[in-house]
Amino acid sequence: MTDTTDAVSARRLDGNAAGGPLAALFAVDVTAARSRCAACGTTAALGEHLLYADAPAMVLRCPSCTEVVLRVGTREGYVLLDLRGATLLTVPVPVVADDGA
Amino acid sequence: MLDNRAETPRVHRLVLDVPGWSGHLPGQHVDVRLTGEDGYSAERSYSLASPPEEPALHLLVERLDDGEVSPYLTGEVRRDDEFELRGPIGGWFVWSVSADRTDREAARRPVQLVAGGAGVSPFVAMLDHHRRLDSPTRMQLLYSVRTEEEVLGRDVLGPETTLTLTRQAPAGWRGETGRIDAAMLRRRTIAPAERPRTYVCGPTVFAEAVASTLVGIGHDPSTIRIERFGSSGESS
Amino acid sequence: MSVLSRGFGRGRSRPADDRLPPGQYDAGDAFPVLSAGPTPHTPLARWDLAVDDGTGTRARWTWEEFRALPHEALTVDLHCVTKWSKFGTRWEGVAVDRLLQDVPDPAPYVLATSDGGYTTNLPLADLTGGRAWVVDTYAGEPLAPEHGGPARLLVPHLYLWKSAKWLRRLTLRASDEPGFWETFGYHLYGDPWREQRYSGD
Repeated sequence: MTDTTDAVSARRLDGNAAGGPLAALFAVDVTAARSRCAACGTTAALGEHLLYADAPAMVLRCPSCTEVVLRVGTREGYVLLDLRGATLLTVPVPVVADDGA
Repeated sequence: MLDNRAETPRVHRLVLDVPGWSGHLPGQHVDVRLTGEDGYSAERSYSLASPPEEPALHLLVERLDDGEVSPYLTGEVRRDDEFELRGPIGGWFVWSVSADRTDREAARRPVQLVAGGAGVSPFVAMLDHHRRLDSPTRMQLLYSVRTEEEVLGRDVLGPETTLTLTRQAPAGWRGETGRIDAAMLRRRTIAPAERPRTYVCGPTVFAEAVASTLVGIGHDPSTIRIERFGSSGESS
Repeated sequence: MSVLSRGFGRGRSRPADDRLPPGQYDAGDAFPVLSAGPTPHTPLARWDLAVDDGTGTRARWTWEEFRALPHEALTVDLHCVTKWSKFGTRWEGVAVDRLLQDVPDPAPYVLATSDGGYTTNLPLADLTGGRAWVVDTYAGEPLAPEHGGPARLLVPHLYLWKSAKWLRRLTLRASDEPGFWETFGYHLYGDPWREQRYSGD
């Protein structure tokens, strides 16, 4: 059995699916934010990171070296965020329309 | 909930009226949270299948027989029922006419969509949005589906769409059949030389196989965006 | 305030069972796989299991050597912190007592380390006295990679995240160092009968 077909890798998602819990913390959507991996230095959008979503918390891993970049979880009344593997998070700030809309 | 109807034998279209909805971009998703009377709750993500121009939100929910959320959403939820929804979510796997107006350089590049099964949902929203706003961006869809009767979003799909039927094709079928491979991608998708913005959505194994084949035929990995979906948590 | 979904969650609450710790449900025949990362596939020829006394490796077994150690059969209930329990699972493996028998004056805490970088911490006292095993056989078959094969720790009296999959090293430590989930707010000890899910519980 190879890692591309086993039951766990068949359920691997991408960072897009972590956008919900992260939206509870950030004022702007961060799935388009770019994060630099503390382990290997690769920079990628959080949306293209690998997400393991069925563990006790969501675990986001580097798409290049698979090291843990971010963990986010909820429990009654709290959101927990661990950014251990992200050395730099570059978040695009939405352009505010100047027509007041 | 305004309506819950079978779109195909395995997929229901849920039509939702969300008071105070802030609007969304094609490709974004929502998280649906169900809480039972016993306090047990579960949450799943679903792509929005309707464009921002449509006031009601449409979700295409595939029934996974061993799941716990999708059988409930497709089988039990009725008109006027309520449930919790969080969204819109996502700024990565999106395409919109307004973004193309802002980023003119990107806008010159065509958009190639590749869907597997229910992974067509966000692309139904993108194509509908594209058509309603008469976008000048060239957009194509290659859509892998098991049988013709399982095709989703028929009212939106048009000449930009190529179907490949992987399990069974009707008599006289002249389109593609079989799984997407390198030869089919060369034949039916926008060539690497045009630097398309490629979006791939489907079950994880499908999405990863298509993405790596796209890279194999010469696409720059940075031009490919993937949305894996599927059975996370549903298999237990 | 949650919107309640009529009829949702049915089948999750079964009749009270004195084998079921508080807040748990019976998963029945299912054996859910919860994973925080890719499944490691270490070839058996490169696999080994090591015991480190805090100053260096004190014992090490290759796969053949580990397989040759005396194995015990056990049938135990499992309790996962995500609230499912599974009754009567059958395993075979080597008692941790046997693996530690040649370590003089072991330190009071253990950090278990796995392929893929997973770690979890336990008091030594919970790994000894016939309460913990390193298992390589489940239901009469070689332990599948998705369930932690070739070999995993099994500490059935604690929540299942303490039973590290893909185990490669047990390190004895003078202090209790939180592991992968413990550093994310999960309980340092994790007793399902006292519902010690999170730190502070």
